[in-house]
Parts: sequence; structure tokens; C-alpha cells
Amino acid sequence: MNEITAHVDALPGLDPRAPLLHVEDLHVEFRTRDGVARAVNGVNLWLNPGETLAVLGESGCGKSVTAQAIMGILDTPPGHVTGGRVLYRGVDLLRLPESERRKVRANRIAMIFQDALSALNPVYTVGFQLAELFRVHRGTSRREAKRRAIELLDQVRIPDARRRVDDYPHEFSGGMRQRVMIAMALALDPEVLIADEPTTALDVTVQAQIMSLLADLQRERNMGLMLITHDMGVVADVADRIAVMYAGKVVEEAPVYDIYAHPAHAYTKALLESIPRLDHKGQALNVIRGLPPALTDIPTGCAFHPRCAYAREICRLEPPPAYQIAPHRVTSCHFVREVLGV
Amino acid sequence: MSDVVLETRGLVKHFKARKGAVRAVDGVDLQLRRGETLGIVGESGCGKSTLAKLLVGLEKPTQGEIRVRGEDLTRLGGAALRRSRRNIQMVLQDPYTSLNPRMTVGDIIGEPYDIHRDAVPQYGKARAVQELLDIVGLNPDHINRYPHQFSGGQRQRIGIARALALRPEIIVCDEPVSALDVSIQAQVINLLEGLQRELGLAYVFIAHDLSVVRHISDRVAVMYLGKIVETGNHAAIYEQPTHPYTQALLSAVPVPDPRLRGRRDHIMLEGDVPSPADPPSGCRFRTRCWKAQPGCADHEPLLEIRQRSSHPSACHYAEVRHVMRRF
Amino acid sequence: MSDRNATVEAPKPTGGKPRSLAGDAWLDLRTRKIFWIAAVLVVVVLLMAAWPSLFTSADPKDCLLARKNAGAGGGAPFGYDFQGCDVYAKTVYGARDSILVGVAATLIAGVIGLVVGLLAGYFGRWVDAVLSRFVDIVLAIPFILGAIVLARRLSSDPESNGVFAVIVTLGVLGWTTAARVMRSAVISAKNQDYVAAARMLGASPARLMLRHILPNAVSPFIVVLTVLLGVNIAGEATLSYLGVGLKGDAVSWGLAIAEAGPFARTAAAPLVWPSVFLAATVLAFIMLGDAIRDAFDPKLR
Repeated sequence: MNEITAHVDALPGLDPRAPLLHVEDLHVEFRTRDGVARAVNGVNLWLNPGETLAVLGESGCGKSVTAQAIMGILDTPPGHVTGGRVLYRGVDLLRLPESERRKVRANRIAMIFQDALSALNPVYTVGFQLAELFRVHRGTSRREAKRRAIELLDQVRIPDARRRVDDYPHEFSGGMRQRVMIAMALALDPEVLIADEPTTALDVTVQAQIMSLLADLQRERNMGLMLITHDMGVVADVADRIAVMYAGKVVEEAPVYDIYAHPAHAYTKALLESIPRLDHKGQALNVIRGLPPALTDIPTGCAFHPRCAYAREICRLEPPPAYQIAPHRVTSCHFVREVLGV
Repeated sequence: MSDVVLETRGLVKHFKARKGAVRAVDGVDLQLRRGETLGIVGESGCGKSTLAKLLVGLEKPTQGEIRVRGEDLTRLGGAALRRSRRNIQMVLQDPYTSLNPRMTVGDIIGEPYDIHRDAVPQYGKARAVQELLDIVGLNPDHINRYPHQFSGGQRQRIGIARALALRPEIIVCDEPVSALDVSIQAQVINLLEGLQRELGLAYVFIAHDLSVVRHISDRVAVMYLGKIVETGNHAAIYEQPTHPYTQALLSAVPVPDPRLRGRRDHIMLEGDVPSPADPPSGCRFRTRCWKAQPGCADHEPLLEIRQRSSHPSACHYAEVRHVMRRF
Repeated sequence: MSDRNATVEAPKPTGGKPRSLAGDAWLDLRTRKIFWIAAVLVVVVLLMAAWPSLFTSADPKDCLLARKNAGAGGGAPFGYDFQGCDVYAKTVYGARDSILVGVAATLIAGVIGLVVGLLAGYFGRWVDAVLSRFVDIVLAIPFILGAIVLARRLSSDPESNGVFAVIVTLGVLGWTTAARVMRSAVISAKNQDYVAAARMLGASPARLMLRHILPNAVSPFIVVLTVLLGVNIAGEATLSYLGVGLKGDAVSWGLAIAEAGPFARTAAAPLVWPSVFLAATVLAFIMLGDAIRDAFDPKLR
């Protein structure tokens, strides 16, 4: 643990009492042939140690881009962060020089992706790739690095880790590969783990294994976990708080129990009513008409208004402000009362 | 039982492999009645996609029969086979790869008529295509557009229109909504249900999403390593599952209700699905099963109604467990 | 009907008119500088080949030994060669046979490559095994040696100017890359879902190949052919230089380079100018091929 403290001290302006992760008014644009795609338009998020924040949304809502901007792995060009701050313990990561960011990426904020096979290098054994992390970032010896690699594989519950450490990524099944990627992400004891659709490519029984592993590891390490997903079932099982994104904005943010029981944004409510349920057969699904908007051409006012059952003139004209309707509950909907039914 | 439109008996598909064979589908019997939906669920590698390919003739079965309205497709040839095949069409999973990017929507939906000229309605191909576009909820004026000008959900509608062109009684849907966004899935599911009501279609609905299958299916078959391990109407499978694999599968599906957290019966399966090239002897699920006894390795359990299972279940120790209990 | 109509999605706002993939590629090409440079060069050379009199009023065969190796001037901007012919006029007129040989040889190679690649890729199994071995065998022939032997065989008639022989030689030896590219493009197109969908409808192999696979496999093939065109133009020059190419009354860049070679020390211009035109043309076709490939590559979108 000493090395970690050393790194913490090395980051100028770091305040251990400041919030773990705070994204403030983040804006990201992609400049493409078809025009400027405004992928993220003023996102505000915060994350505490030991907490699971789920960022929920459909494809193109900006959830993955937000994560990439936090990690500093945005493809630039065409992507550009055009505004806002990403504060890690009070330090604005967006203003750090690239060399410092690289250290933050390895040691403090780690990320896992949907596709584990392409995230691992196929020509090296998983043991080598894990050990390399320790050798490069911690300067440990070869032998010690390998010992810790085995220990990590053990922690992510890969059976027979001592033998499997010398296997190549393609020799692992999909679920086991995801475990290896988790091990790589956790190798340097990060305080924040961002998981971008970590189980989308997996079967349900394997998905359950991985989610329970992530939950256990998070508890043991008191990590902040930011879970990016479109799956409202997974979210309900693991999240503490949920931020629902639509067209590059967080439209509603709330503790998990509240949002499922009383969604306070027309989009959240419609989304919950449109999914088939395992626990009852139900009648015809409630459909959200239309399509998510093209990011090059986001509707005026509230971006959801062309698809919204509650929409009226004001929704087309004015972007809804963020209403604080309860402690930790924020929603950007003009008709929050009607949606809540109060 | 004249309303059975599709039936398979002892359907087997083995693929040659370096050593031995991959037993993708290994003895499947199923029946589909007019206007009903049979859901087929299972994890990757269980053989459900190969089964779909067998049903629509993309693969030739190693053994067994596929009967469409009583006629065994595996024994037919030439014109008779072509006519029988028309009755069973398919909607593919990925709307981005299942439409030829170099053809207009009109050409794509009209292609079935180019191949089966005797199927063109009297009022002509062009009107038939526009009518199909209208039926699936697309603008009939868009026949000259190319697939990439449509969204995923709209492309899936185009694929459905193509499947409807020859007026089949049976449509095999292979993961038709799993590539779509949540808010678009509901649109396509409702469309499929509406079409079923109006046209009397029978669906074989293959999916890994058990919630979607529950919503749309009348009956459900659960597959594991090339075999059906449990089958019954949706209430039997979802509310009174008796096969351990079905129980584990259901318990693993996340439910969008945080109040169920910690109150659900979670069965965590160990390990991965064994390779279909070398399936376990006896009961194929025994290597991951918490109920397995030494006898399970020797005696293969048949898919049949058992003492403690009112619907067919392929487990020696079949017994109801309420994994989906609601409160 | 009513509930279904309520689910109709709004048309995607892609902005108006239908665009084919080729249309999309064109939009992309329009913004590339390298494409325009290459295209202008190609158009100029094609004009030169079709109507050389647009570029010069001099006659390339109007040679006066009195003007031997004379410098530039008097309507001959590049001067005169050792036989007293106008170098500029010869170079302009040389475009025709060079381009003719290049285009015709590429067409032959293209047809062979297309058929071999399509059949090998589509049918696979023993058809593929046989055809692929055949490709390997042709590929194993050392190009220069094979070309010399073949070209000499084909142009044994002392009356001929050798154009036919060179076209056939380059065409017959040059199709292997095109066939390989076609084969792999066909294999990847063959496994697409839309081919499965058509197969399910009962489409015949001919329909599958011509309507579904070929249109989706053809763009890398076209790129290879564009590059091959440049290579064949250079190939003509090589063969002519080696004395087994064009001869007699033919006028081509390769021939001009071959004739000027021995006198390069005393008169560089007759060697340099046809070489420059040749290099620029070859480069233009290769650049064009590159630009088209980039425009068609879906990964770059």
C-alpha cells in the first residue's frame, strides 16, 4: 500500500477529502463529415467510495463517450472535450498533462470493456500481461510480479490460477476472459472502476457470476463503481444510484429504489413500461414511438419531446431545468408532477 | 392434430470436426401449431441457432425429419421442396448484416417474388411490395431507399416484410430483437404480435432473453448442449420449472425491480458450458448440476412427464422449485 | 391496424435523397485532394491517348536527321531525338499505345481474375483447391522470364507491331493478385447474413453470385485493377525496352525509352520526357486506386 500513498502525494492539488469523482458540466463533440455530433451536452455526475452508480441509456445517448472522456481515452479527432471538468479528489483530470493522466489511468481509475478478447493482447500470456503492470508501474521483480499475477487471478476466482497464468487469452472462455480483464483493471488497486457494458456479450448464467464477482470485489476494496449499461435488470440488481441519459444529457438521477418505484422523468417511465418482464407475462408492451435523435440534429427544448406522451408546447421551446424533487433526486422534465402522478 | 404446421422428429445435426463431431443438435422433437408461438431458449452453444438453420433449410440435417404440414422436407426435392419451403420463412438477428447494402428496399422485399414467380399477386410485384411495407409500418414511398438510410428497428421491419412476402404460415425468428435498443425492441415485438393475430402466423421464437421469450411465447422449450431439457406452456416453465438448468437460468436473469434484491432464489452455476464436441455422458447437465448423483453419468434422462413434473422434463430428479416467486 | 400505425418510426433524418454506397463513396472522394490530382492526370493522359492532335500539331513520324539531337525550340518544347523526331510529339502520341496496352491487358487480367476468384470463393472445397493451386503455379513463373518467352512466341510475325502480343502477355501473367483479392472478398461476402437470407428464399447459385455476392465483393477488386493498370503500362515499357514489346511503326513510351537509352549521355531529353510521362501516369493510377479504396472502406466511416 505504500506505493499507492506515494503516488497520491505525487499528484499536485490532490485533496483526499474532496469527492472521489465529480464530473461537472461535461461537453463532448464529434466533428464528422455529416456535421458536429454533440455526444455529451452538460453531464453532471458524482461517485463516492464504495458506491455503485449506474449510467443507464440506449446506444448513442453518450454514456460510453462520458466514460471515455473521464478515462481520457477519447478518439481525438474526431472527438473533442469542449467544456466542463472531471474532478478526481479535487484535481481536474482534463487539465493534467498526458503523462500524469497515464498514471491516473493505471493507478486510480481503471476501466473494463464489453469485449474482453480485443482488450487483451493475443500474443502474450495473461500472466505476462498482468505481471507487466506490476513491473512497469511498481518496479517489482519478475518473480514477485508473477506471484501477484497468480494471486489476482485467484481473487477473480479463476480456478487453478497457478496453471492458467501461462495460458493465452484465446484459451479462456468468454466469462473467464472477462475475469482476466477485471484482474488487469484491479491490479494497481484503483479507487474507481468504470465498467462499460461488462456483461452484455455474456450468457445470463455467466453474467450473474461476473456481476456477483464485481460486487464482492467492490465491497472488499471499497471502490467506487461506475456501471455503464442499457440493461435495466442488471441495474436493479446492483446499483445504489442511477443516472438515466438521453441525447447526451442526464435526464434523471435518483437512488435505485425510488427510480423503479416512481420514475420522475417521462423517458424513464416510458422505458420501464416498454420492457418485457421475466416475473409476469403482461399484455401488449407500451411502446415509445419514434427513434432516439441523431446527435447531429438534437431536438430543441427537451430532446425527448418528439417521442414523449406528456409533451406540450413548452417542451419544444424550452430545455427543462434540473428540478431537485427530493434529496439526491434530480429530474429534467417539465411535467414531473404529471409523470409522478401527484 | 391437423393444426400442427411444423413438426420435427429426432432431428440431429453433427458438424465434422478435427476429432469426432460437434453435436450441435442432438435429437430434437418439437411441434408447432397454427397461430402459436414456441419460444426456444438456451445459452450460446446450446444449438438453438443451428436448429433454426435446419428448419429453414440453410443446413441439411444429419438425421431426422422436418415435417411442414405433414410433408417431410428431408425427403422432398425439386419443385415440391421449393413449394414446401415457401411456407417457412425466417427473420434474422442482425438487421445490419441481413439486408444486402447494394439493393434498394424495394428490391430486397421483392426478391422472393423474383425467385418464386408464381407467388406474385395478380396486382403486380410493385404494389405487393408497397403493401408489405405498409403492413410492417414503413412508408410505402421509401421503396427506392437503401438499407443504410434506415435505423436498426426499421431495418428489422424490412426483414420481417421480406419474410412475409411469400405468405408463409411459419416464421422462424432467430434473436429478432437482441440487436435492437430497448425502446425499439418493444416496437418490433408488438409488430410481430400484431402480425400473428392478423395473419395467423406460427412463430418459432429463438432468443437468449428469457423475459422477451416469456412475453411472446405460448409454449417454451429450454435447450442445453443440443437437446431440449424441459418444455411446456409458458406458465409451466416460468412458474413451475422442474429441470435444474431451467431453474438456474431463470434465477440468473436480472429482474428490473430492486425490491427483489436479496429476496430472489439465486442459483449460481459453476463453470462454463462443456464443449458440444465432447458432451458429458448420461445427463449432459450433470457437470454443473448441484443435484447430480453418480447414476446421472450412466443413464440419460429422457424428456418426459415425471412424477413431480406435470410437463416434460429431462431430469431424473425433476421437481418444482419456485425461482420466480413474487411477493 | 391502428395500434401498429402508432408504432411507425419517423424516417431517419439523413437529409433527403436516397444515396447508394457508391454515392456515399463519391461524396467522400470529392473531399480528397489526392483523388483530384490523380483524376486530373488520368483525364489528361486519356485525352492524349484519344486525341493527340489536341496537344500537338507536329507529326511524331516527321523526322529529319538534320535536326538530330537539336535543342528545344521551334514548336518542339522538348527538342529532337537522335533521328530528328520531335520528342514532345512522340511522347504525346506514345500515350495511345501505352494506354491501349495497359487497358486491354488489365481487362484480360480482370476477366480471368474475376471468374477464377468468384468460382474459387463461392464453391470452395475442391474447386477452390484446384483454382488456388493454379494461381500459385502462375504466380511461381518469374515474371520477366515468362513475359519474354511468351511475348516472343506471340510476336513471331515480323510484320506485326507487337501490340497484341504484349497485351496477351501482360494479361495472362498479371491476373493472379486480382483473383486472390476477388476470392477472399467473395468468401467474406458469402458468409454475410443477406446471402443466407437469399439462400433461404431458394435463390439459385447464379443469383447469389451475381446479385448478392459480386456487388459486395467487387470494390477491392476494382482497386486492384486500377493499380494493375498502372503496373501494366509500366510492364509494356519494360518489355519494349527489353526488345520483346512493341516494335515497327508503333509509338509508345516504352519504345521511346528503349530507343533513347543508348544515347542518354549525349541527349537526355528523349529519355527523360517519356519516362516522366510514364511515371506520372502509373503514379496517377495507383493514387486513384488508393483513394477509391479509402472511400469504399467502411471501417473508415
